[in-house]
Amino acid sequence: MTLDAKIPSGPLAEKWEKHKFEMKLVNPANKRKYSIIVVGSGLAGGSAAASLAELGYNVMCFCYQDSPRRAHSIAAQGGINASKNYQNDGDSTYRLFYDTIKGGDFRSREANVYRLAEVSANIIDQCVAQGVPFAREYGGLLDNRSFGGAQVSRTFYARGQTGQQLLLGAYSALCRQIGKGQVKMFNRAEMLDLVVVDGRTCGIVVRDMINGKVSSYAADAVVLATGGYSNVFYLSTMAKGCNVTAAYRAYKKGALFANPCYTQIHPTCIPVSGDYQSKLTLMSESLRNDGRIWVPKSADDKRAPGDIPEGDRDYYLERKYPSFGNLAPRDISSRSAKEACDEGRGVGETGLGVYLDFADAIGRLGENVIRERYGNLFHMYEKITGENPYKAPMRIYPALHYTMGGLWVDYNLESNLPGLFVLGEANFSDHGANRLGASALMQGLADGYFVAPYTMGNWLARAGVSEVKADHAEFKKAETDVTGRTKKLLAINGKRTVDSFHRELGLIMWENCGMARNEAGLKKALEQIPKLREEFWQNVLVPGENEELNQSLERAGRVADYLEFGEVVCQDALTRTESCGGHFREESQTKEGEAMRDDKHFTHVSAWEFKGVGKAPELHKEQLKFENVELATRSYK
Amino acid sequence: MNLTLYVWRQKNASDKGKMERYDARDISSHMSFLEMLDVVNEDLTEKGIEPIAFDHDCREGICGMCSLMINGIAHGPEPGTTVCQLHMRHFKDGDSIYIEPWRARAFPVIKDLIVDRSAFERIQHAGGFISINTGGAPDANALPIAKKKADLAMDAAACIGCGACVASCPNASAMLFVSAKVTQFANLPQGRIEAAERVQKMVAQMDLEGFGNCTNHYECEAVCPKEINIRFIGQMNREFMKAKTGLG
Ligand SMILES: Cc1cc2nc3c(=O)[nH]c(=O)nc-3n(C[C@H](O)[C@H](O)[C@H](O)COP(=O)(O)OP(=O)(O)OC[C@H]3O[C@@H](n4cnc5c(N)ncnc54)[C@H](O)[C@@H]3O)c2cc1C
Ligand code: FES
Repeated sequence: MTLDAKIPSGPLAEKWEKHKFEMKLVNPANKRKYSIIVVGSGLAGGSAAASLAELGYNVMCFCYQDSPRRAHSIAAQGGINASKNYQNDGDSTYRLFYDTIKGGDFRSREANVYRLAEVSANIIDQCVAQGVPFAREYGGLLDNRSFGGAQVSRTFYARGQTGQQLLLGAYSALCRQIGKGQVKMFNRAEMLDLVVVDGRTCGIVVRDMINGKVSSYAADAVVLATGGYSNVFYLSTMAKGCNVTAAYRAYKKGALFANPCYTQIHPTCIPVSGDYQSKLTLMSESLRNDGRIWVPKSADDKRAPGDIPEGDRDYYLERKYPSFGNLAPRDISSRSAKEACDEGRGVGETGLGVYLDFADAIGRLGENVIRERYGNLFHMYEKITGENPYKAPMRIYPALHYTMGGLWVDYNLESNLPGLFVLGEANFSDHGANRLGASALMQGLADGYFVAPYTMGNWLARAGVSEVKADHAEFKKAETDVTGRTKKLLAINGKRTVDSFHRELGLIMWENCGMARNEAGLKKALEQIPKLREEFWQNVLVPGENEELNQSLERAGRVADYLEFGEVVCQDALTRTESCGGHFREESQTKEGEAMRDDKHFTHVSAWEFKGVGKAPELHKEQLKFENVELATRSYK
Repeated sequence: MNLTLYVWRQKNASDKGKMERYDARDISSHMSFLEMLDVVNEDLTEKGIEPIAFDHDCREGICGMCSLMINGIAHGPEPGTTVCQLHMRHFKDGDSIYIEPWRARAFPVIKDLIVDRSAFERIQHAGGFISINTGGAPDANALPIAKKKADLAMDAAACIGCGACVASCPNASAMLFVSAKVTQFANLPQGRIEAAERVQKMVAQMDLEGFGNCTNHYECEAVCPKEINIRFIGQMNREFMKAKTGLG
């Protein structure tokens, strides 16, 4: 299979304009003849569903929560990037493009990233027009803050709740279309299969989570915007319901999964406190604008933080990366924290933690300013830990947070399955091997507001109205498969709960495919996962019935997919013997312990094709061509 | 610590439902309330009893999915806290804890502790937006907004739509929720254009859904995990009067 990214020809800065002109259009009167399924109502899905409906298409939108407004985008705290250059500090489309390419460790497509930077400014305009209450200066203009991996202030924010406000903006646009009848919304509905007929994506199979009814929906195109797969690690900053199921079932139907080993571990999360831990909570990266990260210089220093004098503290990020300091990119900050803890200098009961200290900032700016900037984050920290971060430094530790990998898409955000589009965190497109802070919100909204509405028209105009309806034999077959699988899960009636399997899988993944990876560990994981999967299918205990709301059954289906998908992640990590961005192979590092890329062998996207459960997937490569930037060693010193 | 739980169990919407007693053993004070329920559920599952169904997702106090009445208080005893962020350090060994779903005519129970909040959705569909399409928005800084106004809009926009306000109100009124949306938009110049129409449509839908009216009990504000201010109801009432009298 040759992977054609369909990147338009011409100079970088003109590609998107040119492409927009060359794409076919659907005449306004004909738009109502087409229907589009959007799975997901987060920033990517919500903005796409609303924008497509505004254009006149008939949209069906699905989400597993009881309201589209609860998609996990709601939890994003810190902010959204845009190259507005409102601060007059030298930002530009090209700089945002370059920072993103470099931040991604030169493993993303130039053309996609440039387009992202280009439309970033429109996103802010759109959101303000919707009534998103971004933070403002006293003069009434928008305020910005800085984020990791950039030396300009280009991050727009709404207190510590930027994701919430952006999502409520997209949700309000979606509500308007639901009210008009242009979007039909399906809440508490879980997509469990994708249907492809004669090479064209025709629709999805969905389980109604209240009564267990399995139904088919046909359309002329399907958009997946179902978010990331961090929960394959069990503990992560994702919501409990976040899953790979939608994307994975598309993969089983032939969609390629790209770069699954590119996972992001966020440096500033609240450390694990016990075995019962059900999820991890992020403390926004924006805290690193004012907080200083340190550990004691000596491993034996067990004094309370306030009793450790300046001279005995190691502000290791400031020491190692003087020009970026505490704002070094996430992968680098996370690994540095792990190193400090591996050396025995970690803090807190478990020794798996480092300090994030605001004492200097409070001294310099006063507690009020800090409260204004981060009040809700401090409040959240205190609630969870019972400690007051205005008085003592926070303790933080890295945690799984974001997945750069996802379904393979071309420049049009269309997968290798014609008519299947993938947006937001669910695709692999723009962040390469590491995502910069505040760039996921930007990408989700860019995809949904400003890219998919154009490229979708082009697809529909070329493909025409689909003849396949929901009573087609392929739909019936998919329904039978879904129902059969559910029955099987309920019938096992074993001894172990779904969660106990999920936790065990998470540990295997975290230990062998976490912050640092090596051949032996990955091979071990590839032996352990199939065994665990086998045990799952013999010994899992799923109580209740299908014909009712059954949360154990929902989880069982998702964990069953993770138990297959975990192997794909490890396989990818094993095959990529270089280190790049969030993927750190211990075998490939410099003398100073920094990640070492191998551009000669790995300047490509790894896209995996499903070949059967328990069988190794087949690798397809998309070579990355750099025509505008030079591949450099990433340095933040 | 060891606790005794009394939990509302109801198989489905048509079942009558009743309180059941369960033991929660060896609970750590670092656990969140939902983690405590996870532990109980694992235990019930292993014993062959169907686990307790409850809504939750983000578990960080922002999605608005979690929704439990704990000892008669929506989201439990800690002010300004969703139940997913409530930690067991606020309870002590030997405590009895009563756990029930939101109760309101407009929020029928689906199962156990899970209720149907789609009435909130329909209120939003009626008018919770500014009518603009994607594309064509002017430059974001073309419209300066006084910081005070923007901050006030943000205070209102912080609502997570969990429904605790309704559950705690003796009238099952949704006015805190609706007023938060109305106030957010009413304080922004972009939102003023449709202010009169919006407030009327949202209030009409709210009445249609069977929510009661505000008679100043202040219970909603007391339990709101985002501490949404009751004076927003005042602003909504003013907006409503202005709209009705044509002075808006
Ligand atoms: C705690 C946290 C903080 C973050 N902070 C920032 C930040 O400050 N800045 C930034 O840029 N990024 C941030 N991110 C990343 C960013 O929030 C996400 O990458 C982004 O919001 C994902 O949006 P999405 O639309 O792709 O997916 P989501 O918002 O996760 O939406 C997924 C949607 O798919 C639906 N869905 C999933 N599976 C199914 C299924 N099987 N069937 C039906 N529906 C399904 C869900 O119901 C949901 O509607 C943060 C992430 C986290 C976890
Ligand atoms: S689970 Fe999201 S607010 Fe509680």
